[in-house]
Amino acid sequence: MTVLILGATSPIAQAVADVYAAAGCSVALAARDVEEARRAASDLTIRYGVEAQGFAFDACDAFEHHSALVSEVEEALGPVDVALVAFGFMGDQQASEEDFEKARRVIEVNYTGAVSVCEAVARAMESRGAGSIIGLSSVAGERGRASNYFYGSAKGALTLYLQGLRNRLASKNVHVMTVKLGFIDTPMTFELETGIPVASPQKAAKAIFNAQGRGVETFYYPRFWGGIMGVIKSIPEKMFKRLSL
Amino acid sequence: MTTTSWASRPLAGWGRYPIVEALCARPESQLQTLNAFNDRQGDAMLAHGFGRSYGDAALLSEGRVVLTRRLKKMLAFDEVSGVLQVEAGVTIGELIEVFLPRGWFVPVVPGTQFVSVGGAIGCNIHGKNHGHAGCFGDHVRAMEVLLASGEVVRCSRKQHDDLFWATIGGMGLTGIILNAEIQLQAVQSGAIDMESIRFNNLDEFFQISEESTGYFHTVSWIDCVKGGAQMGRGIFMRGRHASAQQAATLSEGPLERVVELVQRALDGRVFESNMLLNRATIRLFNEAYYHKHPAGEHHSVVGYQPFFFPLDAVENWNYVYGKRGFLQYQMVVPEREAVRDILKVISESKMASFLAVIKEFGDQDHGGLSFPCAGTTLALDFPNFGEPLLKMMDRLDALVAEVGGRIYLGKDARLSAEMFRRMYPQWEAWREVRDRWDPQGVFQSDLSRRLGLTPA
Ligand SMILES: Cc1cc2nc3c(=O)[nH]c(=O)nc-3n(C[C@H](O)[C@H](O)[C@H](O)COP(=O)(O)OP(=O)(O)OC[C@H]3O[C@@H](n4cnc5c(N)ncnc54)[C@H](O)[C@@H]3O)c2cc1C
Ligand SMILES: NC(=O)c1ccc[n+]([C@@H]2O[C@H](COP(=O)([O-])OP(=O)(O)OC[C@H]3O[C@@H](n4cnc5c(N)ncnc54)[C@H](OP(=O)(O)O)[C@@H]3O)[C@@H](O)[C@H]2O)c1
Repeated sequence: MTVLILGATSPIAQAVADVYAAAGCSVALAARDVEEARRAASDLTIRYGVEAQGFAFDACDAFEHHSALVSEVEEALGPVDVALVAFGFMGDQQASEEDFEKARRVIEVNYTGAVSVCEAVARAMESRGAGSIIGLSSVAGERGRASNYFYGSAKGALTLYLQGLRNRLASKNVHVMTVKLGFIDTPMTFELETGIPVASPQKAAKAIFNAQGRGVETFYYPRFWGGIMGVIKSIPEKMFKRLSL
Repeated sequence: MTTTSWASRPLAGWGRYPIVEALCARPESQLQTLNAFNDRQGDAMLAHGFGRSYGDAALLSEGRVVLTRRLKKMLAFDEVSGVLQVEAGVTIGELIEVFLPRGWFVPVVPGTQFVSVGGAIGCNIHGKNHGHAGCFGDHVRAMEVLLASGEVVRCSRKQHDDLFWATIGGMGLTGIILNAEIQLQAVQSGAIDMESIRFNNLDEFFQISEESTGYFHTVSWIDCVKGGAQMGRGIFMRGRHASAQQAATLSEGPLERVVELVQRALDGRVFESNMLLNRATIRLFNEAYYHKHPAGEHHSVVGYQPFFFPLDAVENWNYVYGKRGFLQYQMVVPEREAVRDILKVISESKMASFLAVIKEFGDQDHGGLSFPCAGTTLALDFPNFGEPLLKMMDRLDALVAEVGGRIYLGKDARLSAEMFRRMYPQWEAWREVRDRWDPQGVFQSDLSRRLGLTPA
């Protein structure tokens, strides 16, 4: 089995790569920092004795590049059975409000870039009638909030996109899974001070691996975020405005 | 543009004394490490591995700390020679887990497997096999170090050998070790063919120690509460890596498995209390531990974990000392008689050491800031009894320095600059090299400031 990891320098992505490699899969690691992707590939090969390779990838590249990347990976390591769309970019909300180019960047990485590379992967999987696409979305995409709505809306759009893609590919035997992540202990949350438990990337990775194996379509991780978001989504807008979340 | 996430975190060594608030970054990649260095805004900097040094060696209260635990990629491995290149945040435990099944062991291991390769080099750690294998640094073939200039330089015994020398045992003060090439040790199994022998006093210890030079691993537990004729009684352990056949006899009974499960569920934090360890309970523990072992010699084949890392069985056991924390005093003295004087001071002080370990080192001496040298080493854990304890340690320092001994900086939280200079006569040679590679003193720690190795 071959797994393609997009945004391989993310710790969640690395942890997922670890779990699949431990299960004996070949792994393609695609990242902007191709040197680091290659180091990650050596690591998997040494630890688990699997085939692994690093590839250059930028979410903001044109669709042709994404499509070429998928072909290149398949030539090197065989048909992609599982693709993980892990890259993401939180950006700076305030800076994005002041400079729209910054907001555009957040939207393009989290939404346009993700859609572009998903389309490229989907074509290959659709033609073979097999495969699984995993998208890392966020609880931030469940409700627009003053503090991070560029990121949140892009993730929300990604969630909707994955839903649509799932419906399109259902008859083609291609599985699409949306992971709505809460707080995971990565650079994105390193500065965060919160009373809410922050889960390790390793635990998140195991949950993602197991869910993909069982063909789960959408899930929250950590699970309790389902409850939290249930409450947050049910707060009337009038009140929500005053909560300054 | 700064790309690094900085967060203020409470940071402490294993003794949880002192605890400081430090501005930290936790890079996930080499590039992020370089970015953190460039984003430090002129502040001092220090690498922090797993904080298993006891005092303030891995702390930097005013400055920026790079947590290296996420830099854990294995970069290259030669199946034939056993040479491995890994990033500095990989732990000794991970190395054993990955390479023991392939017939390789880590050449030098400390008393816990939760230390990073960077920390093992920074403190130039020693193990139970010092007489045969030297220190961890003796098995390092090359390193890549991020220097104060911002450059990444490869060093080895042939290339920038001064930097290589000063970085081994350099307490993180020459730069950030990004990765290292280590020569692993070929073994038939992870199991240890071991003998344990109860001894009644210090003379018996030295006698058994002399008879045991043929054993690869030696270490002893010693009762530091008992004075008088039985002063220095304890249990001597010696062993070798078992053959594959011997290892096959190693079977885990149902009882061991239950014990293991209970231990895994235990967490020292549950017992966090200043009251638990006092003179009475410590005396009791030492009595019980001594008598648990039958008199004479006992032979067994055991797994590597209980042999090398018995304390790892209970997670966070350091919390058992309570909020006040604890201090370890580890020293080496070239003369045996000095050990007796030191034990006397301790047993008369009425300040009990819960765990004490004694061992004779081999002749290897790396120099610089590296600790091990020929002689007897004694490591003692004391609950933080405050001023009286610090006073006694000052007395011990004087005894140790008097005979040309020294204390281990990786365990230290309180040595004075003056004593440090007496104990480490090569400090100037070391500083000369450090000044060549870090003239501004970018790399600092609370320890280096206290010892006068960098401006306070
Ligand atoms: C239960 C227990 C048993 C122990 N037994 C032994 C023993 O038998 N023998 C022995 O020698 N020691 C022993 N130690 C001490 C321990 O092995 C050392 O302190 C070791 O350095 C800890 O590694 P660490 O990753 O936690 O490093 P830290 O404690 O985080 O750092 C230690 C030093 O290394 C430096 N450092 C860490 N990473 C890097 C890097 N990437 N680049 C440059 N510098 C770096 C730090 O700046 C600091 O000066 C023991 C400790 C414990 C808790
Ligand atoms: N951590 C959380 O709590 C949390 C919560 C909800 C959702 N998520 C989602 O989980 C995923 C993983 O994030 P993380 O937490 O591991 O954070 P992270 O460390 O910040 O990872 C983000 C990754 O995205 C990559 N990336 C950014 N822009 C890119 C681009 N233009 N092209 C290619 N790659 C790009 C980064 O690569 P570089 O190394 O090159 O910068 C990095 O690997 C993200 O999609 C994130 O939105 C995380």
